[in-house]
Amino acid sequence: MTTQGAILTVRGLRKYFPIKGGILGRTVKNVHAVDGVDLEVFAGETLGVVGESGCGKSTTARLLMQLIAPDQGALYFEGKLVGSPELPLKEYRRQVQMVFQDSYSSLNPRLTIEDNIAFGARVHGTPAQDALARTHDLLARVGLAPARFAGRYPHELSGGQRQRVNIARALALRPKVIILDEAVSALDKSVEAQVLNLLADLKAEFGLTYVFISHDLNVVRFVSDRVMVMYLGQVAEIGTAEALYDRPLHPYSRALLSSMPSMDPDNRTMEPALTGDPPNPIDPPSGCRFHTRCPVVGDVCARKVPALTQRAAQHLVACHAHDPASGYAPARALQEAAQ
Amino acid sequence: MSAPFLSIRNLGVAFTGGTRPVRAVNDVSLDVGQGEAVALIGESGSGKSVTMRAIMRLNPEKRTRLQGSIDLDGRDILKMTPRELRALRGAQAAMIFQEPLLALDPVYSLGDQIVETIRRHEPISREAARARALELFERVRIPSAKSRLDNYPHEMSGGMRQRAMIALALSCRPKLLLADEPTTALDATVQIQVLLLLRELQRDLGLSIIFVTHDIGAAVEVADRIAVMYAGQIVEQGTARDLIRSPRHPYTLGLLKSRADGAMVKGARLEAIPGAPPDLANLPDGCPFAPRCFLAEDACHTGRIEMQQIGATHQARCRKLAQTLDMHAAQ
Amino acid sequence: MADMTLTQAPPAVAVRSAGYWQNVGARLVRDKTAMAAAAVLLIFLLAAIFAPLVAPLDPLDGRLSNRLKPIGTEGHWLGTDELGRDMLSRLIWGGRLSLLMGVTPVVLAFVIGSAVGIIAGYAGGWTNTLIMRTIDVFYAFPSVLLAVALSGALGAGLGNALLSLTVVFIPPIARVAESVTTRLRSSDFIEAARASGAGALTIVRVHVLGNVLGPIFVYATSLIAVSMILASGLSFLGLGVRPPNPEWGLMLNTLRTAIYVQPWVAALPGAMIFMVSISFNMLSDGLRSAMEVRQ
Repeated sequence: MTTQGAILTVRGLRKYFPIKGGILGRTVKNVHAVDGVDLEVFAGETLGVVGESGCGKSTTARLLMQLIAPDQGALYFEGKLVGSPELPLKEYRRQVQMVFQDSYSSLNPRLTIEDNIAFGARVHGTPAQDALARTHDLLARVGLAPARFAGRYPHELSGGQRQRVNIARALALRPKVIILDEAVSALDKSVEAQVLNLLADLKAEFGLTYVFISHDLNVVRFVSDRVMVMYLGQVAEIGTAEALYDRPLHPYSRALLSSMPSMDPDNRTMEPALTGDPPNPIDPPSGCRFHTRCPVVGDVCARKVPALTQRAAQHLVACHAHDPASGYAPARALQEAAQ
Repeated sequence: MSAPFLSIRNLGVAFTGGTRPVRAVNDVSLDVGQGEAVALIGESGSGKSVTMRAIMRLNPEKRTRLQGSIDLDGRDILKMTPRELRALRGAQAAMIFQEPLLALDPVYSLGDQIVETIRRHEPISREAARARALELFERVRIPSAKSRLDNYPHEMSGGMRQRAMIALALSCRPKLLLADEPTTALDATVQIQVLLLLRELQRDLGLSIIFVTHDIGAAVEVADRIAVMYAGQIVEQGTARDLIRSPRHPYTLGLLKSRADGAMVKGARLEAIPGAPPDLANLPDGCPFAPRCFLAEDACHTGRIEMQQIGATHQARCRKLAQTLDMHAAQ
Repeated sequence: MADMTLTQAPPAVAVRSAGYWQNVGARLVRDKTAMAAAAVLLIFLLAAIFAPLVAPLDPLDGRLSNRLKPIGTEGHWLGTDELGRDMLSRLIWGGRLSLLMGVTPVVLAFVIGSAVGIIAGYAGGWTNTLIMRTIDVFYAFPSVLLAVALSGALGAGLGNALLSLTVVFIPPIARVAESVTTRLRSSDFIEAARASGAGALTIVRVHVLGNVLGPIFVYATSLIAVSMILASGLSFLGLGVRPPNPEWGLMLNTLRTAIYVQPWVAALPGAMIFMVSISFNMLSDGLRSAMEVRQ
């Protein structure tokens, strides 16, 4: 079930959030947050995950972290099924850690910085003295002088400093994988660059694997080896960062990329790539979920769900237009566009 | 050129009430012409939103100390009476916010909110106001506008809500639109649509727009001119082309370099600006950027740094402009 | 590395910052109203503890010939009651029982209610529904009625009165505990603690208690006044303390008959109840605002 070289393997992951209604509190609808996601994260890489609100990227992060239980699907870490006797949950959580977007609410306001960081190690039975030594070591590593910061409280630090603390906290268990859920999104640009540099340094030093979730396409391109594009709970496309940014295959990826502001005052964007908002994940469209907004939609798209299929080296896409056997009709426009 | 439509001169905004006054805006001068779009960019706490709120006099009166002048069409907003302010807000200048769900009234339909706003300022019938509301909804390109007028804010998606708020802001035909991070909370594919809509409104209605954002890319898409703010001051302003092609203030240079842009070599280190912005209650003497600046020398830490003219449209507040001449092109 | 100099930002300060409770304490001390209330309470408390030393006369010893003397009588500065006992001594001794009946039920309910509420809030789901709906049943009765009914069923007496008051105060405290905990449970730092592999008990001990006990405590302080008034009410109805023991509520009851003869003397126990309960309320208000330290 797992791929060679993959540190994390996800198969058929699904999570619906029920919406209760009526006087009996029955489930009337489901939010299709994550619907049939397969993916591999390879050891030592940074996998970027992009998509718009409601695409399921944050739910995917929580599922990977096992903070919420999936309705369906399996998660393997280094080939072992997570939650099986072979790899109990507590052991898995030592290996995989997470950094959240809100640097303030992810620290306990009543505990000092060092107590916040040392908590995880103490849970896993590290003696207090060792945990403290490691905490001070990590604080120094993330660029916060332990003598000055260890005894302070979260509200006394700036957003960038707090996010450094959160990174140190994630590192305290010596994990192999860190999931960064919009970890730099709330920071100002100049501080964001500092934290991105820090993440790159730490990755090299500790041999980490990152799953980097963000809505900022520039940042994702800069940090990622491979990028996964999600749309309404499903994977639209996965490929190397170069391939995906330079030769996107899925019409949604293309629209997303051309929606980036141009940064060139003489060559401003003239036409929006897409019109309207992403549909509600409560009642996602049938067939290919993008067909309601797709500029190259064909007849088959509303009827049949496209499978995520390999189209080039390390480049997978879920689109009928790239599947000769799908019966997709107006393929010409797309081929021209792809030239 | 005649006198600019909006002319801010030496604006200072300080918030009192704490142990020390917080000097959020210091000596800001900015002109906005008729039909011109100007972007104010900066990080959180740079004073960009406070400046904009000062134009509408929205900062809490009791705890705010205002200095300087803000002339709109020849009248100083800082000297207006409450009655004149009510006439100003909505009718001459209108504002849109980052989170429309918080700015719109949840218990009235959008159509009703627009009708109410129009009738508060103009003596016209409900039917005529409703017709104008429909026209506005079509103007901001809300699909099936007629039925959408009866929607409540929570029934709409984020992008549609932002369009509806723009329609509400335009309901009394203001000449000046103040946009406070209007696209920050929106998805990428929706953001570009709203940016293009703002540009279209500027062109078709002759609106003057002040667009506050932290995203340089969004600013470039909308603005004719860009002003960069840092620690309550405008440190550099010029046309979008000036700012992007030949930035001169070290802070602007740093901002552009620290962006993880497509042009960047992957895996290379970002040239981050060291340190953090100063405490506005405790501003250092001299240039507020000096403690983080790679060009700073002793003289930068004392006295007042004046705005220097670089070109006809380009100004920067820096003593070391000679050293930054070719810095951006060099890389 | 230019970007590593971030740490220069704040000047070198003390290695360890003042803890949260130190900050709260400092702010509370600066709050004049709260401090005045605390001083009043301290005086009452000391008087009650050292009643044998402070009280001028025996509170149980009275002469009928001396009954219902007005305030300012020689030897009885606050007058005498309907049996000729010294009011000042009785008020001082009465403080013992009244304070005991005000504080004990709230302390017990604080412990039990917090535990129940935190369990319900942290567990969520069915456990929450079960616990909170049960609590709602108790909530359906007005607190006075519930206290009277329970005391009546259990029989008169100090112990039973304390017990029934405890039962009355568990539901509101559990309610508050549950809502604070539920709000806290979705915080990222609780998620992060779960992600580090910590068990529910550890998370509650390290991360939940420190954040929820404060708000619950503030709420509980405000209940002490209610408890005192309810306790007085029970004694007044003959369900709490029995005569001849001095207790403010009971004294109010027995002096009721004298209200046309010596209205000022009859009002004294009521004034005591009023002063103590309002002091507790002001102290709890002060505590509440002191705890709103920007975090």
